[in-house]
Amino acid sequence: MAHFVKKALADIRSNRFLNLITMITISLSILVVSVFLLFFENASRAIESWNQGGRAMIYLNKEFSLEMLPELKVKINALGDIDKIVYISKAQALDKLKKNMSSQSAFLKTLKENPLPDALEIRMKSYHSFEEVQKVAQSIKAIEIVEDVEYGQGWLGRFLQIFNLFKITGYAMCILFFLIALFITANTVRLAFYSRKLEIEIMRLVGASETFIKAPFYVEGLLQGFLGGFIGLAILLIAYLAISSGMTQSLASYLYFDIRFLSVKTIGLIIAGSTFLGWFGCYLSLKQILK
Amino acid sequence: MNDKRNKKLIIRLFNVSKRFGGKLALKDITLDVEQGELIFISGPSGAGKSTLLKILYLAQKASEGQILIDGMNLARISSSKLPFLRRRFGMIFQDFKLIPNRTVYENVALVLEAAGKKPSFIRKKVMQVLRSTGMEKKINALPPTLSGGEQQRIAVARAVVGDPSIIFADEPTGSLDSKSAQAILDFLMEYHKKGATVLIVSHNLHLLERTVRGRNIEISEGTIKRIAPVLQGKERK
Repeated sequence: MAHFVKKALADIRSNRFLNLITMITISLSILVVSVFLLFFENASRAIESWNQGGRAMIYLNKEFSLEMLPELKVKINALGDIDKIVYISKAQALDKLKKNMSSQSAFLKTLKENPLPDALEIRMKSYHSFEEVQKVAQSIKAIEIVEDVEYGQGWLGRFLQIFNLFKITGYAMCILFFLIALFITANTVRLAFYSRKLEIEIMRLVGASETFIKAPFYVEGLLQGFLGGFIGLAILLIAYLAISSGMTQSLASYLYFDIRFLSVKTIGLIIAGSTFLGWFGCYLSLKQILK
Repeated sequence: MNDKRNKKLIIRLFNVSKRFGGKLALKDITLDVEQGELIFISGPSGAGKSTLLKILYLAQKASEGQILIDGMNLARISSSKLPFLRRRFGMIFQDFKLIPNRTVYENVALVLEAAGKKPSFIRKKVMQVLRSTGMEKKINALPPTLSGGEQQRIAVARAVVGDPSIIFADEPTGSLDSKSAQAILDFLMEYHKKGATVLIVSHNLHLLERTVRGRNIEISEGTIKRIAPVLQGKERK
């Protein structure tokens, strides 16, 4: 193995320009993919945070009485995946409102009767997506005593539509850049192979196996992919630190969540993906040349 | 005759032909080579000498006929086993076929690296062979910086470093002056004396006079015209 790594490094040194171009291409491709992933990760967290982790408020109509509560709870629990149901009476809701609007308490004193409805706050057990909350909320809304269910379906739903559109665009861009990087990597290997044609011919004549001949190319591809991924992520991190240092705090106060860099899992996946890209480009090229 | 029966036949060719498009480069070659024998393949340019050698060292495939090397039928050998068979050969070419961007040491060591030998063994063996060819002081030199004679000595070192049982030499002295040619020939004879089977392709008949006893296979227009023992200077007279 040490021999193959040594050989691959020597080849990278002897074809510096070609390898540099390949690494830059992989880096840029990884950078574009990582930017999308950074956006998706933060946007997903934002949606989850705005949706408060699968929380929904059930507003009950005027016919509701406390005797109906146990039966209603059974009905809601029967829908499955409900973690917690908290009853909030209209009196409790008004008290909370008064506390929150202490500066305008005079206005609330003028109310002749409590306009707020009785409500239930529910939280789902295994909340994964907005769609899951939406589905449960629609089932709850079908219950006769329920007036309305609030789960951020208005603006959050619209935001999700835009987000999904971005997601599709992002995936398409990722595939496009993956193919570009793959094409460049495969061509670099092809050029390296042809530039070493005599060497390979001699290696075959002296009894080198195909594995012995191909291994340095694969190591070269893996190194290019790994370094390309690493450089792409490093550029993203530098850009992220430069942009986010002044912006995060003020933005976080508006958005009710903090902007974070990619998770360790995503970083690992990106590095593994770019390393695979280097290997796959090499595999495709050698398969075509040596067929 | 008895002596021949006792010796192992290491190379056997049965009605071997080679076709390039519609042209026959070799026609119906049948030949036996004994282990440890010295064979000259001579003939004019374009006679098919190099083609025959290329078929034997597996650089080309025969169009027709059967070839057995050490009992192995080349037509039936799988591509994954080819490298193992090639490791039993040593090859020398007129154009040296050295890797220009690798040092003398790396060029010679390649044979043993490809065979998966340990680095300590490789170092010891390569240095030993380079010493015997008088090239130990040039281990870090790149082939293009060396003279033709020196490059061919490196090629000989590479050919013998793996202790091959058969050495194929395709016009090994073709591009060398007489002094360098003699040195290369001496190395080859040294390894032949150690028991290696040596096949030399050459159109230079004077080369035959400088060697030990062997057989000369004269090829012309793709066929064997004559097989005769090589006689040394005194025997000729």
